[in-house]
Amino acid sequence: MAKGEIVLGCLAPHPPHVVYAENPEQNEAFAEGGWETLRWGYNRLARKLKSIDYDAMVIFTPHWQTYIGTHFLGLPKFKSKSVDPVFPNLFRFNYDISVDVELAEKMCEVAGESGIVTKMMRNPDFRIDYGTITSCHMLNPEWDKPLVTISSNRNAHYYSPEVMNEQASALGIACAKAIEESGKKVVLISSHSLSHRHFVTESPLPEDMSREHIYNHSQYVWDMKLVDLMRGGKMKEVIDIMPEFTEQTIAETEAGGLTWMMAAMGYPEYPAEIYGYQSVIGTGNLIAAWDPIEATREIVL
Amino acid sequence: MSDPEILFGIYCPPHPQPLLSPEASEGYGKLRDAFETCRKRIEESEADLILVYSTTWPSIIGHQIQGHPEPEWVHVDDDFHYLGSMPYKFKMDTEFAEKFRESAESRGLQSRTVAYDGFPIDTGSIVALKLLNPDNRIPACIVSSNMYANRAETIVLGKSARDAIAAQGKKAVVVVVSSLSNRMFTEHIDPAEDRIHSAKDDEWNKKILEFFGDGRLEDLSQLSREIHGQIRVQKVVAYKPAWWMSATMGQNNNYRGEVLAYEALHGSGGAVVVLTPSKGSVGDKEFDEDDVEHYHGDRGVLNTGAL
Ligand SMILES: [Fe+2]
Repeated sequence: MAKGEIVLGCLAPHPPHVVYAENPEQNEAFAEGGWETLRWGYNRLARKLKSIDYDAMVIFTPHWQTYIGTHFLGLPKFKSKSVDPVFPNLFRFNYDISVDVELAEKMCEVAGESGIVTKMMRNPDFRIDYGTITSCHMLNPEWDKPLVTISSNRNAHYYSPEVMNEQASALGIACAKAIEESGKKVVLISSHSLSHRHFVTESPLPEDMSREHIYNHSQYVWDMKLVDLMRGGKMKEVIDIMPEFTEQTIAETEAGGLTWMMAAMGYPEYPAEIYGYQSVIGTGNLIAAWDPIEATREIVL
Repeated sequence: MSDPEILFGIYCPPHPQPLLSPEASEGYGKLRDAFETCRKRIEESEADLILVYSTTWPSIIGHQIQGHPEPEWVHVDDDFHYLGSMPYKFKMDTEFAEKFRESAESRGLQSRTVAYDGFPIDTGSIVALKLLNPDNRIPACIVSSNMYANRAETIVLGKSARDAIAAQGKKAVVVVVSSLSNRMFTEHIDPAEDRIHSAKDDEWNKKILEFFGDGRLEDLSQLSREIHGQIRVQKVVAYKPAWWMSATMGQNNNYRGEVLAYEALHGSGGAVVVLTPSKGSVGDKEFDEDDVEHYHGDRGVLNTGAL
């Protein structure tokens, strides 16, 4: 069996607003549009994914929060409705997803062997979080690939962002090893915003773009610092400053997603593809991808 | 406006073990028994509203209030999914929910009711309502805990609840769903060997329960920041339940306090406490921070600070 590999890594933010604005038939709410910079960036990245041969998507989500270890989806099918607890007015999504249980079990096993506390999730009534659904829908609206969701263990809450960085790195390395042993071609998805301070009020029409802007300039400056490092192929440096960035901007990187993905990909020293940056209810959202193959790597924006 | 009629308050933990696996440890069983005692108290009372403030329902857009008349779903906990599913169908007091929203808005808070089929009611609210009001004999209301809210906002939210209870002439039981110390073990454990995560957490929990036992709710409210720093994992900006509970129940120390159970829940501190309004106060309250009637927003601290 050929060695498995990571064929692409995607930073894919999941404000439910972008799914809402796309008006897919699965979502009950209706929008007049909004957040085009993000949506069009996503559309372009989704087209790139169509040109890549892969078997499964593996997504790390901040909205399946676990405190007792790292959990993996462990049943082949989940069909239900996901309602966002924070923005139920925008996101009530009927989903029907397939899980690559074999790959999930392999990752759970290898992570366990490396000393990480793990658990397979086998309750058929379990509801898939809106982070998984938003990122996966925007990257693959056809939903024609199986996925694996990995929960985010909240080390940043229990210990510190430094401990989170260490543990998420260990998990990333374990997942990369499991993927290699599986023989599969896998797309990794790190599902989160960058800076993450929200407005606590919402305009009467949520998609009214005349109201949308970053929460404050300091958040913006930090976000741009990260984008510059990503463009420059300095992912080790990004991960090294992650604790400070996370604390300064209350970033959603606190869940460990980007650290996990970068560790799994060996801290790329090549430029990230940048697909778009826009604020959503004050938070900073970047779509980016890391393509290990130089011949297909693009300068997008 | 006359004072609202609040029959008593209950402080109880959000973890699902007392509902799903009370037999797994002696401690879980004791917590379950304490919930049962509260259920009977509610049944024997003249309550016509159960008002729940849940720390496991975080919100961002202001304060969300459950406004669906009959929310129904099968819920599964993020961590404890292996303990089983929690099917629920509750009866909500939608008129009260609207009144509560209106009262909150009139005190300067952002608030909205949410009424969507399939809305994910949180583990803590489900555990409390299933154990305290299993037959939906009394209509309920649930309010979220805003991630960013701090003391002023939380106290004003409590006063809004009070306004709404008084305006509708309800006889309410107030339920706060929250652990004491909230640090769980980060590994899977044998429930029979469950214990409070650390001696320090245990000592602080017992101190808090001493206050509860003496009916000193407002004193606990005043101690909230200290409690947050000492025994709360820093998931949110502040330990808010005592602020809300005291503001809702009248900001005093005049209660008969009963600690019905105190046990570990995967390392965190789970207590079931009943506070019944009574005459006579324990000591004098010491107010270190201003009382607040109306919420004026975050005052643009971040924006003006840069000028
Ligand atoms: Fe998020």
